[in-house]
Parts: sequence; C-alpha cells; structure tokens
Amino acid sequence: MPATTARQRTAPRPNGRRHPAPAAAAAADEDATAAPPLTAVTAGREPLQLLTPDGKPVPHPHLTPERDPAALRRMYRDMVLTRAFDAEATALQRQGELGLWTPLAGQEAAQIGSAHALRPDDFVFPSYREHGVAWCRGVDPVSLVSIFRGVTHGGWDPAAHNFHLYTLVVGAHPLHATGYAMGVARDGADSAVIAYFGDGASSQGDVAEAFTFAAVNQAPVVFFCQNNQWAISVPAERQSRVPLYQRAQGYGFPGVRVDGNDVLAVQAVTRAALERARSGRGPVLIEAFTYRMGAHTTSDDPTRYRMQAELAEWQAKDPVQRLRRHLERLDAADAAFFTATEEDGRELARSVRTAVRTMPDPEPSVMFEHIHAAGHRQVDAERAWFAAYQDGFAPEEDEDR
Amino acid sequence: MTATATAATTATATTATAPAAPAGELTLAAALNAALRRSLEDDPKVLVMGEDVGTLGGVFRITDGLQKDFGETRVFDTPLAESGIVGTAIGLAMRGYRPVVEIQFDGFVFPAFDQIVTQLAKMRFRSHGTVTLPVVIRIPYGGGIGAVEHHSESPEAYFAHTGGLKVLSPATPADAYGMLRQAIAGPDPVIFFEPKRRYWDKGPVDLDAPPASPYQARVVRPGTDLTLAAYGPMVAVCLAAAQAAAEEGRSLEVIDLRSLSPLDTGTVAESVVRTGRLVVAHEAPSFFGPGAELASAVQESCFYSLQAPVLRVGGFHAPYPPARVEHEYLPGLDRVLDAVDRALAH
Repeated sequence: MPATTARQRTAPRPNGRRHPAPAAAAAADEDATAAPPLTAVTAGREPLQLLTPDGKPVPHPHLTPERDPAALRRMYRDMVLTRAFDAEATALQRQGELGLWTPLAGQEAAQIGSAHALRPDDFVFPSYREHGVAWCRGVDPVSLVSIFRGVTHGGWDPAAHNFHLYTLVVGAHPLHATGYAMGVARDGADSAVIAYFGDGASSQGDVAEAFTFAAVNQAPVVFFCQNNQWAISVPAERQSRVPLYQRAQGYGFPGVRVDGNDVLAVQAVTRAALERARSGRGPVLIEAFTYRMGAHTTSDDPTRYRMQAELAEWQAKDPVQRLRRHLERLDAADAAFFTATEEDGRELARSVRTAVRTMPDPEPSVMFEHIHAAGHRQVDAERAWFAAYQDGFAPEEDEDR
Repeated sequence: MTATATAATTATATTATAPAAPAGELTLAAALNAALRRSLEDDPKVLVMGEDVGTLGGVFRITDGLQKDFGETRVFDTPLAESGIVGTAIGLAMRGYRPVVEIQFDGFVFPAFDQIVTQLAKMRFRSHGTVTLPVVIRIPYGGGIGAVEHHSESPEAYFAHTGGLKVLSPATPADAYGMLRQAIAGPDPVIFFEPKRRYWDKGPVDLDAPPASPYQARVVRPGTDLTLAAYGPMVAVCLAAAQAAAEEGRSLEVIDLRSLSPLDTGTVAESVVRTGRLVVAHEAPSFFGPGAELASAVQESCFYSLQAPVLRVGGFHAPYPPARVEHEYLPGLDRVLDAVDRALAH
C-alpha cells in the first residue's frame, strides 16, 4: 500500500477545530467567551448604527467604530471615488460606450465599510454591483466597465485580488463562497470569505443551500446581504415575510441588521463577523439596510415603480455626506482634503472615460480560447474552420474604424 | 501491499452486493471504487463528496470504505441538496481541491443543472483561463434495473450540448477504472456517466496499466459489413447483437465511443469508410440525441462511402416509462438487429 494512505489513515484531522461534531457545534455556538458578542449586537429590527445621518456618533456597548482620522479619510476617499466612477460609467452607458451599467449609488457605505473590514488574504465573492468593494480590492475600474462594454465576461484574475469575478446569475455564488470557505478550513488557514448578494437573491434556493452548507460545516464565511429595498421593481417585502437578518436564526448562526448607510457600523459589524468566522465559529449573516438610489441597471426606469418621496427620504441619509459630516465634526479633514478628493474623483472618471473610448474589441478568436485546459476535438475543429473561413475573405481596405 | 491486492480487498468488501470476482477481475462498481481509492491516495487534494457517500458508502456502494480509510475531511456526506453539492464543489476547486461529486441518480442532477451549465462549464472561459475547475461529477445513469420514476434516465445530451464540459461514459470495468482516474487527474470539469445496470458486470482490470486517453473511441469488435457505435450500457447490447449477427453470417464492427464530448468522430468515420454503414445506439431519446450528432458528422465526412442511411436506435421522445414496460422502451438486442437489418437491406 502506498505510504500516503497509511499517513492519511493515522493523521489527525487537520481541521478538527473547524469541524466539531454537530452536538458540539450547537453547544459551542454562542459567544460565551469571545468579544464582540454578535448575539448581543443583534438587538432587533432597528438597524445597528454608530453614526447618525448627520454624522454624530452613537455609542454601542460592544462595537468600537474606527477612530483613526487617516483611516476615516481613506474610507471617505474610497466612497467619493467609487461614486464618481459609478456616475461616469452610467454616463458612458448613456453615450453608447457601454451596453449596460449597474449603478451602486447609495450603497457606498455598505461596500466600502465592509471592504475596509477585510484582510488582504480574505476572499470576496461579489454579485455584479460591488464596484466599491472591487475598488478597495485593487481591481482596475476599467476592468469592471470592460464587462459592461462587452469586451469580456471576466476582466481580472481573481487570485490577484482575492476578489472573484462578478456573478450575474442572481444568488449562484454564495455556494462558491461556502465551498471556498470549506477549503480554507481544510487548509487550516485563518482567513475568511465574504459573499455579497441582495434582497432579491435571498429568495434563491442556492442562497438557502449556501446557508445550510455553511452552517453544518461551520465554514468561515460571512454572508453580506445588501438589502437595497428593490429587486428591480419588486420591493423587499415581496421577498420575505420576516426581516432578512432573522433568516440566519433558522440555520443556526447569527444574523445582524446594520444601517447600510453608516460606514462605521458596517465596518465594525463586518469586522466582528469576519473575526468570528476566522476563529472557527462559523458563518454570520449581515443584512446591510441600504437603498439603491439609482436604477437597477441603466435599462431600468425606477420612476415606474417607486415614489420620489422615498428616494428623497433616503437621500437625506446619504452615506457619503454622513461620513463627511462626521469628519468635519471630528475636525479630521480640512477643506483642502475635500477639494482634493473631489478632484481625484473627477480625474478617475476622466481616466476611465479615456480608457473605455480607446478600448479595442477583442479578436473573434477569443470565442475559442480558455474553454478547456486540455483541449477539445470539436472546439479545435471549429476554431480551425473559423480561421480558414475568415482567411477566405479578401483583405479589408484599411478603413478608419 | 500492491495495488492489485488493494483492489482485491475492495472487491471483497463489496461482496454484499456482488460475488467476488476471479483474480484480476473486478465488477464495474469495484473498479470505480478502486479508481477513487487510487485517486485519493495519489493526490491529497482529491475529495469525495455527495449524499450518503460516507458511512453508507453510497447507495450503490461505489464509495464503500473510503471514508473509513481517508477520513471525514476527504470523504464526506453533504446536505441533501444537489445544487449545493455542485456549488460548493466549485468553491472547493477554486481553493485548489479536486472534488469528485456523486449525484445519487440521473434524475436528481437537475437541481444542480444551473450550477453545472451556468457556473462550472463557463468559469474557465469567462476567467480567461485563470480559474480552472477540476471537478468530476459522477452520475449513475440509464435504465434496466426496475427502478421507480426519475431513477433510470439518460440525460447525457444536455451536458454534451454545453460548451465547457467533458462528458464520459465507460462501458467496462477496465475503462471505469482508467477513465475515472483520468477524469479526476485532468484539469477540466467532467460529467462522468456510470452505466448503473452494468455495475455488477465483471471484467479484467489492470490496476497499474498506464491509463489510455478517455477521449478516444475504441473498436471493440472488428467487422466488415456495418459499424455499430454505442457507449455506456449499450456497448454490451451491441456486442451481443454483433455476436448474433455473426451467427447469421454478418460481420459487424462495434465501436465504444467512451466520450461524448469531445466526440471521436474520426475513429467512427474511419470505420464507416470501410463498412459503408452505421447504426448508432443509446438509451437516451433518439430525438436531438447523441446519435443525431454522430449521424450528422459521419454523413458529412463519409457521404460517398455510405451505402445506407445512418440509422439510430434509442429511447423514445417520451418521459421514461414505469419499470414494468421499460424493457420495451430500452433499445435491446432485437431493436438493434432490426436497425442492422434495415441498413443492410440497402
């Protein structure tokens, strides 16, 4: 018998810590010893808040907000740049440069706050609106828009950023995040995984299955649901009879509803959830209660299904303005900082615009590339046929295209 | 202990469902078990996951004894949710693992269809080759065991139709062993269809033979008058048909396709150029089935060699029937010979 078998038969399970027997898991589930205790955090339906809409701190017995002025300024800058880039992408779609865009306006705090809670070795599974998280993970915004221009279905190397590709089938990727987290546990690593999805996705069976698999495996994954109130035209109350964060209880892990327009609360709650996951105590569901200020996509017309008054109500809770007021209140940033940040946003928008307008189309042969690692007879035959077919045409005049 | 002795142990372990095979012979089920065992030994990243694959050893006992020997971290029972099984396998593969997934029966794969077709098949392409998913999905398939509804289907065409997947089906214990090992060791997602009514068929298996490519068809019986192409459970039927035809003075060549995607049309065309006639047989419905693809490819490349239309023998364009009539649904020896007669009448 090969030696490897004997070794595996006698070796202790490397991840026993992360795979307690079901009874032990239930007994050890709650936060008797660890801080911050997430169950204490999960007070109720009122979203957890550390900043009021006008930027005043809200004390909390267990959660400490970020107080370092430089860190706060970095978050503010990321929020402003993300918003500027997002607005530019919407404009590029209106001008025909992009086929579609999925605006994130209004969700900057949910995305930047949670992204700032991540470590570089944590792994992110986004849906298709996580432009702010992508920005924080170092993904080039030009790569993001290249998807919506129709140049690629991917755009970046997930391993280079620990940020997976966008998933457009709603709710399919929390299972990938869960499986990845099961792998992290098997590796004995102490990193965590986070899956972003929305209130609409919460109705998908795959999300329910991800909750089940993550719970029974105590996988180190945080489910980050941005409840932006609308799944295209369908309001959140058509997705669930209970607040979404309460779903977690039935699966046996904590759920927290956080003010998704409060970047400090989002960061603190996400940090606590990630720490909990890293320490082997399993998943957490975070419901970031926020609002999609714009359309679902540029093909959508939200004036057909929601009232202007609702938008105005949420605009008063604008996440970027909230952090700005907080910075001003703390005297943590001066006018020059705010002016320079606005200019950085405009510069980012300009550079994205230039890159998009000069972005070449891919060669048609990309249709046949990277389908299989080890080749495929029919794909190879079709590639060869297509090349010969193209070669059969007379050379084009050198047109100005 | 040698690998052969390991397999002998495995064969003994499965005597609850199958009598011990002669030395060097294994049932197809035991060969699959041996392939999983060898793959788990060869690569610590290989995982076996699915419903009831742990303590029970799978409802067909294909994973018998593996959890005991390799532990619950590498061979584990999942919640009863096929989409969840495949979806988490994708995540595990992204993390560097090689999950071998068991779907309990053919008709239960459809809850996982979205994860397979939309995610597993497309990931390498959409990531420009940066994300490779070496996931093998084993599916016991086909009829003939008197099962209840949804336990006898042949859904392979759905998967062969999807770019980004490879689709295999062995017909013999030797191929079951070699092809499954190759599928697990390879870099691409593979849907591995196991002919469940052949699980208890025995045949020689050389556990240390260098594995042949699973993606090439094989002439398993040479002949001169007509080519019979099949895969999985129908190869044995076609060999029996060739034997019966031989007794009537007809020489049929039988080809085991082994792989549906990629499809080795070249080996079939080479045969048809010699025989001039082709009959394709499978349990899956003929309508839009693998036989249609093969017939089209062969008429395109062998038009001037054909002496008769290419004929198909398959299941009907109907839901799989109750077990008491499945023998009339499944293409058996007589239906194959009927098509052979019609082709030879030209």
